[in-house]
Amino acid sequence: MKVLAAMSGGVDSAVAAALAVDAGHDVTGVHLALSQSPATLRTGSRGCCSKEDAHDARRAADVLDIPFYVWDLADQFRSDVVDDFVAEYAAGRTPNPCLRCNERIKFAAVLDRARRLGFDAVATGHHARLTNGMLRRSVDSAKDQSYVLAVLTSDQLAGALFPLGSMTKEQVRAEAARRSLAVADKPDSHDICFIADGDTRRFLRERLGEQPGPVVDALTGAVVGRHAGAYAYTVGQRRGLALDVPAPDGRPRYVLSLSPADRTVRVGPVEALDVTKVLAESPLWTGGARSLPMQCDVQLRAHGMVHGCEVRETTAGWDLRLSTPARGVAAGQAAVLYDGDTVLGSATIASTA
Amino acid sequence: MAYLDHAASTPMLPEAVAAVTAAMASTGNPSSLHTAGRRARRVVEESRESLARSLGARPSEVVFTGGGTESDNLAVKGIFFARRSLDPRRTRILASAVEHHAVLDAVDWLVVHEGAQVTWLDVDEVGRVHPDVLEAALRRSDDVALVSVMWVNNEVGTVQPIRALADVAHEHGVPFHTDAVQAVGQLPLDFAASGVDAMTVTGHKFGGPLGVGALLLGRDVACTPLLHGGGQERDVRSGTVDVPGVAGLAAAAAVATDRQSESAVRLAALRDDLVTRVQAAVPDAVLNGDVGAGRLPGNAHFSFPGCEGDSLLLLLDARGVEVSTGSACSAGVARPSHVLLAMGADEERARASLRFSLGHTSTASDVDALVEALPAVIDRARLVRR
Repeated sequence: MKVLAAMSGGVDSAVAAALAVDAGHDVTGVHLALSQSPATLRTGSRGCCSKEDAHDARRAADVLDIPFYVWDLADQFRSDVVDDFVAEYAAGRTPNPCLRCNERIKFAAVLDRARRLGFDAVATGHHARLTNGMLRRSVDSAKDQSYVLAVLTSDQLAGALFPLGSMTKEQVRAEAARRSLAVADKPDSHDICFIADGDTRRFLRERLGEQPGPVVDALTGAVVGRHAGAYAYTVGQRRGLALDVPAPDGRPRYVLSLSPADRTVRVGPVEALDVTKVLAESPLWTGGARSLPMQCDVQLRAHGMVHGCEVRETTAGWDLRLSTPARGVAAGQAAVLYDGDTVLGSATIASTA
Repeated sequence: MAYLDHAASTPMLPEAVAAVTAAMASTGNPSSLHTAGRRARRVVEESRESLARSLGARPSEVVFTGGGTESDNLAVKGIFFARRSLDPRRTRILASAVEHHAVLDAVDWLVVHEGAQVTWLDVDEVGRVHPDVLEAALRRSDDVALVSVMWVNNEVGTVQPIRALADVAHEHGVPFHTDAVQAVGQLPLDFAASGVDAMTVTGHKFGGPLGVGALLLGRDVACTPLLHGGGQERDVRSGTVDVPGVAGLAAAAAVATDRQSESAVRLAALRDDLVTRVQAAVPDAVLNGDVGAGRLPGNAHFSFPGCEGDSLLLLLDARGVEVSTGSACSAGVARPSHVLLAMGADEERARASLRFSLGHTSTASDVDALVEALPAVIDRARLVRR
């Protein structure tokens, strides 16, 4: 197969490209330039947007002796991922930009361009498995990324290769070292690649401005504080609330919900975070549609716990009834259904109860 | 493999390889006083004399550097600083809008860090600076530190009327620099006869080694050094001279200039064949730049409507045909060529462009390989834009 390997400059995508070469594919490496103004050197743990990362990717491609190009997708990334990220926060939801990038950039813009250029598939360094068109969790459960890939359609998955799915991160690093790839010891990337200093609040404040409003105790209805913008909060958040009025029972309070319409942040005790009902929209069946209702597992955020649930059909999507309460479930995140380690489908969380 | 990117770097001539290897096998810092030093110095000075002879300069006008970018920076910044220190009003630089980034970005740096003013000289639709444009710009300003116009454009191959431009600059008492890196070995080049005050050349464009070049600098042209230290190279460029490098540079220049007229005829014929056959294979291909004597013999440059240069490069590379989009930044992200934009092309046409450049090892089979691969590649690249 002619394979386009997306190479971020990290160890995972370098080893994924190497394994694709080993498998006998005709591999071409591509680094996606996603930042409008890339920094010269990488800082901290953000590993995809600097020129140093492009250099690391090119260096790995040279060691593998494969062609290498840089594709400038900065404009598309800004409109499809960054602007979407800001708009979602503005609407009181908590987006997952990695998921959006997979859905709209890596396995849309890039895959589409690759196919037109005559490539059969795009290989990435995601930790997930693809078995007969079924998306499965990585054998390394701590590194599993099936959650952020569950938004891919079967057509997108048909053009995807995840060579690392049956390896642990440790094995990936060992493999990189064995091949003398300089990125073998490069730190893992965390945080959001397009927020250079990791300060999401400031990033949002610069784009959305101050939108002050009340912090309201959900039980009493009393105003217990002020905030400069509801977008700075996430459901389940406890730190940084700076409340003026302590709870009568002296227990910590958590963000329960965000309502951008009246700029209100509602807070309450920890047990009020528990939800057993999740309504999700825009459902997508990953490996073929299932008949509802059905019993399966659901994961409600990246690296989150798995809950047993019953899935019922609604006009907009799914009504998920959890067998055990889930905490910190935020609108905008994906609800991903699993049967064991196999992804069944995904939908976007709209509301909880 | 068909290598059609000689403008990026052309293979080293055997004479240059021999000169480099011979120099590498001997010891000595050319600034040392002992025997080994004297031997090294002899190689450097003979290389200087040889290069001067090849390029119509005097040996004392040869300043060895680390290549074209360094020579351009030294000329632009060094002459700017020297002229401004004599008269603080001289803060303006006139440069063509189609210069290489080694000049463009050096000028921009002076604007940002030294309060320089810049007037970008307009070019016509083939990329040429007309002497009357320079004349008008010089008449508008009495604060000009220097003028810089390249001998031949690296992307579209347009040859500039350097003698006429230099004369205009001198009528206004302003020094003139030219980046001639693409010209050596393909066009007749004579530093003295050209009338310019400073000329950039670099080895790897004419069969010499990478990373070594020279700035030909008139004896009376004041130039403030950018590198300080041992005072080598007329005190203008401190640093131990790269003995093997300059030996290879001089050897290559001797061969390339010796063969220049026959090379020009051969390359122009091969290039004309390439142009004709590309246009036959892709009827809507647009040839950018000038035709005939106004164009570098080894250069062909097209826009392929409906294609992105990036896609064409990738697809041709996969078929063993090595070409260039003509400009790339350090991250490798292609931007629409500032040269084509300055020539009046829209962004679409600028992004659709590809450069084919020929050199001393090019043969008809390279053109055959290109013409054979091109139609399918164009069809495929058009799908990407659909």
